[in-house]
Amino acid sequence: MKQDLKIITFCCNWCSYAAADLAGISRLQYPCAIRIIRVMCSGMVHPEMVLHALNQGADGVMVTGCKLGECHYQEGNHAMLSRSEVLEEILADFGYEKERFQLVWLSAAEPERLVEAIYEMHNRLLALETDPGD
Amino acid sequence: MTEAAQAEAEKIGAIMVVGGGVSGMQAALDLANSGFYVHLVERSGAIGGTMAQLDKTFPTNDCSMCIIAPKLVECGRHPNIKILTLAKILDVEGQEGNFTVRVKEYPRWVDPDKCIACGQCADQCPQAVEDRFNGDLAQRKAIYIKYPQAVPLKYQIDPDACLWLNNPGQCGLCARICPADAVNFADREQKQTIQVGAIIMAPGFQPFDPGTSQAWGFGRYPNVITSLQFERLLAPTGPTGGVVTRPSDGRPVRKIAFLQCVGSRDKNRCNNEYCSSVCCMAAIKEAMIAKEQLDQVEITIFHSDMRTHGKDFERFFIQAKVEYDINFVRTKIHGVEPQGNKGNLRLHYVNQQGKQVDQLVDLVILSVGLETPDSTLGLAERMGIHITPDRFASISAFMPVSSSKKGIFTCGAFNGPRDIPQSVIGGSAAAASASQLLAPARHTRTQASCTPHEVPQKANSPRTGVFICHCGSNIAGVVDVDELAAYAATLPDVIHVEQNPFTCAQDTQDYITQQIREKQLNRIVIAACTPQTHEPLFRRTLRAAGINEHLIEMANIRNQNAWVHKNEPARATIKAKDLIRMAVAKIAIQEPLYPLRIPVIPSALIIGGGVSGMTAALNLAGQGFKVDLVEKSTTLGGNALHLYQTWSGEHVPRYLKELQQQISQEPRVAIHFNTTVVASSGQAGHFKTTLRAGNGRKKSVDHGATIITTGGKRYIPSEFGYGQIPNVVASIEFDKLHMHNEIRVTQGKSFVFIQCVGSRNEKRPYCSKSCCTHSIQSAIKLKQEAPERRIYILYREIRTYGQRERIYNQARELGIIFINYELKGPPIIGEEGGRLLVSSRDHVLHRPLEIEADMVILATATLADPGSAELAKLFKLPLNQDGFFQEAHAKLRPVEFNTDGVFVAGLAHYPKPVEESISQALAAASKATTLLARESVELDAITAHVDPEFCDGCGICLEVCPYQAITLLATIDEQGEEHKIIEIDPALCKGCGICQGACPKRGVYITGFSYEQLLAQIDAALEPPKP
Repeated sequence: MKQDLKIITFCCNWCSYAAADLAGISRLQYPCAIRIIRVMCSGMVHPEMVLHALNQGADGVMVTGCKLGECHYQEGNHAMLSRSEVLEEILADFGYEKERFQLVWLSAAEPERLVEAIYEMHNRLLALETDPGD
Repeated sequence: MTEAAQAEAEKIGAIMVVGGGVSGMQAALDLANSGFYVHLVERSGAIGGTMAQLDKTFPTNDCSMCIIAPKLVECGRHPNIKILTLAKILDVEGQEGNFTVRVKEYPRWVDPDKCIACGQCADQCPQAVEDRFNGDLAQRKAIYIKYPQAVPLKYQIDPDACLWLNNPGQCGLCARICPADAVNFADREQKQTIQVGAIIMAPGFQPFDPGTSQAWGFGRYPNVITSLQFERLLAPTGPTGGVVTRPSDGRPVRKIAFLQCVGSRDKNRCNNEYCSSVCCMAAIKEAMIAKEQLDQVEITIFHSDMRTHGKDFERFFIQAKVEYDINFVRTKIHGVEPQGNKGNLRLHYVNQQGKQVDQLVDLVILSVGLETPDSTLGLAERMGIHITPDRFASISAFMPVSSSKKGIFTCGAFNGPRDIPQSVIGGSAAAASASQLLAPARHTRTQASCTPHEVPQKANSPRTGVFICHCGSNIAGVVDVDELAAYAATLPDVIHVEQNPFTCAQDTQDYITQQIREKQLNRIVIAACTPQTHEPLFRRTLRAAGINEHLIEMANIRNQNAWVHKNEPARATIKAKDLIRMAVAKIAIQEPLYPLRIPVIPSALIIGGGVSGMTAALNLAGQGFKVDLVEKSTTLGGNALHLYQTWSGEHVPRYLKELQQQISQEPRVAIHFNTTVVASSGQAGHFKTTLRAGNGRKKSVDHGATIITTGGKRYIPSEFGYGQIPNVVASIEFDKLHMHNEIRVTQGKSFVFIQCVGSRNEKRPYCSKSCCTHSIQSAIKLKQEAPERRIYILYREIRTYGQRERIYNQARELGIIFINYELKGPPIIGEEGGRLLVSSRDHVLHRPLEIEADMVILATATLADPGSAELAKLFKLPLNQDGFFQEAHAKLRPVEFNTDGVFVAGLAHYPKPVEESISQALAAASKATTLLARESVELDAITAHVDPEFCDGCGICLEVCPYQAITLLATIDEQGEEHKIIEIDPALCKGCGICQGACPKRGVYITGFSYEQLLAQIDAALEPPKP
């Protein structure tokens, strides 16, 4: 059996990391594939880190941050958003399916939203694994 | 020693804050950060107040819990704040400076020192009761926490519901299951006596109970709920998980009606004459959130006047109408009737066109007012605090946080209905007043955190200790902790591995300290819960052990592992290993961090010598700080020089004279007349500002804090014939004519006031806040002088918010005629034979209307000062679309900016009446005090640093930095070649790392979150498991 999926998930200290904690407090359940890396802001995540994670064998990468307009640092999430467009092109050049990278914006009080996004990502990646065209 | 000197010497440097809502928390934090010890007394089991119950906050629709949570935690762990929950004040003796307070603490029946909030007790508890926190729409157990983020996060037992407490010997399941042995059925109430120098009353409000009248059907029809209950229905943490359904049958909602002024502006069905100030905005907010969730839902807000008078409120109101398609109907609904037996409801009303209408809806939301609980009134009486006829604390507009009893200050909704920013401002203002009173006793009761002297050193080779927490069975019940510990010992650099039942327990801290010393550990990994709540605790432990507090990393194996994968123990164990491996890899390359400390200059620069500037100056000077007060004109007083009275009838000119006198006699205040600010540099605690006097001479001022109180400007109308027709005057001009008994006023028989002149239009979509009250006061005076005068007020919405409603009622009783007009059909002023003719439309009779007038008075807008733009540029501060200074956070940081050490108050922030300017000025002074009372300020250690080896000075980071913390430097090397490199101002950098994410060369990194550290975590996470 192929080992379980691994999804690197960058979580912003001010929103999604707190939401992930709250998911625990609320005992929401989600796949074990998630490996959370805490960052101060989604804008701190360099596009090359995403590429590096996929090159090192991550099945997917999620970058999660505050809702647009609610960034703790005014506009860090916008910086990440604008970088992601270029990033998606680079990933395509390296042969990675676009399903392998996902941006999610949510507030600290939305653990459900985070869990939902995790499931969606996980299901998409599982579908890629079983896709006979792969 | 003289008597006065003795009283000063006997002042106690501790304050009691009564009420742990947002206002009380703010007061407590400001005081604790200004060198005072605070006893925060909360009646319920946890602090947070009403704000913790709200889903979102207007006008930004920020998540309420997300923004209040950091304040909760800060209060919870502040070394100089002692929180007493389940406590109430019995009585108070003594006088200002030295009070003796008797406090009763009710039993919690759970030992807070032992409870780890694992929740196993509540899982086992067989008794479920209605959950008040959730508006009785959900259930909780007899042993419970008030809400998931509660501070203190300790369970409590509801004595009415608990089986054991009502019948000892029965049940007791919680005590048996508790892994920490925290349940204590023998707990008893306790009384204690506390000495304090001042008391701050922030007891808050209770929502009006609409069940007291039959009219609204509340309690009879399940689909009639209150706005606070609806708040819980909207909340993702609420009883329905944030999904709006009908309480009667859980079916989708198609039509919602909001009924405004339930329990407010109503002398018939209740005795609440006042306006509750917040319900209009709350209804708009709730309607918007509901609409976002249910696209098809039809929402109508039935109101008398939409009172959206605060900053950015009017835009919110317009957005609700235009973008959200929410209907606003100006009418009074007199009753709610059932329609059929399926839970539908029928509303009957007369619409704006005068037609009778029946409307069917699924859900009726009663926008309930705010009132002072009887228990608070009783306490106020025992304390000797006077109360207004509307049952709020009686305060002077000039001393808006001082109760009638010296040394007892008041804030929050107890001072009259108000929203969150006003409550936060009040909390800070009360803190400033208490701080001024007790200034001689500052730092006498506080404990400085004792940090062993640490010698800065470079990173040495890692000797890592891993401490694995079982958290009772929270982690150990899922993850195989023995396997985990054995695995951790195999990781690189790991010298020592330890398992603890509760790593956060106080005795474990001592043990960790000992292990660090014995085994010479210099990197610590705690595999436990979350750094968000516990990292500060472990950092203190590292400090106590004498190693740099930043050499710790937490592996979150509880919240983000054991709790979310509870049915997959094998996988959760694998994941826990990964998480520890990631933490070990990250901390191995962590450098010790030494935050920059800069000395604080204990003086403030205040720009603008109006009421706000003078208030802040006197408060700070009274606390012993030096103040430079800059005024561009030759007199102090600002816009208040044109004011005659406050809404409550207090005489402004007399007060101004007092202020001017006090300030001229205050040796600590240097007034710079005829002076402007031309340049400023530096940071919080250490600014250098250049002033230019009228004669062109410049001088430089060093100061620790800056307060901007530059005021506003009045609008000069171009409409309604102003400037052409002599008898059309602006309200401020009219006051002067009136005061001097000018003949046009004394002989005038008919006066027309026109409201919203220059406000609430396309160009300036904001309400100027004080003009409705101002016009009504002028009108009342005219009418009282000569009752035969005909007086008309042409308005769009009357916004006599809060207790000002009383004067609106008085005006109507006096026979002043109020006529509504719309923005699209403003009144027209004509001149006929020397008399003025005002044409408008009668909103009651629905036909055109002409009024002959001797004088027309225009209620003109308050504008931002045109000089704000220049000042904003100088201090790198943002302005809003209307040119007013934009505070750091509309709700919780109403006088601060993201630039630390700079504060704002008064009209420079937004139009407001004089008492609100005074409050805000005191709040700004309080914030300045939290800075000036310190010897030095420590800048955040997590900041950006340049790697000179890689930075090639391309400057991409300059563009993305939100704080302008990066500048480009040119250097010339030995060969004479020019190189460019960036320089980061550590005082401006907030450590967001957007620069790191943008740098193409890895030339900039964030300490604690460097590129290498994040890569190390990625690599460790993806490392294939060893066979």
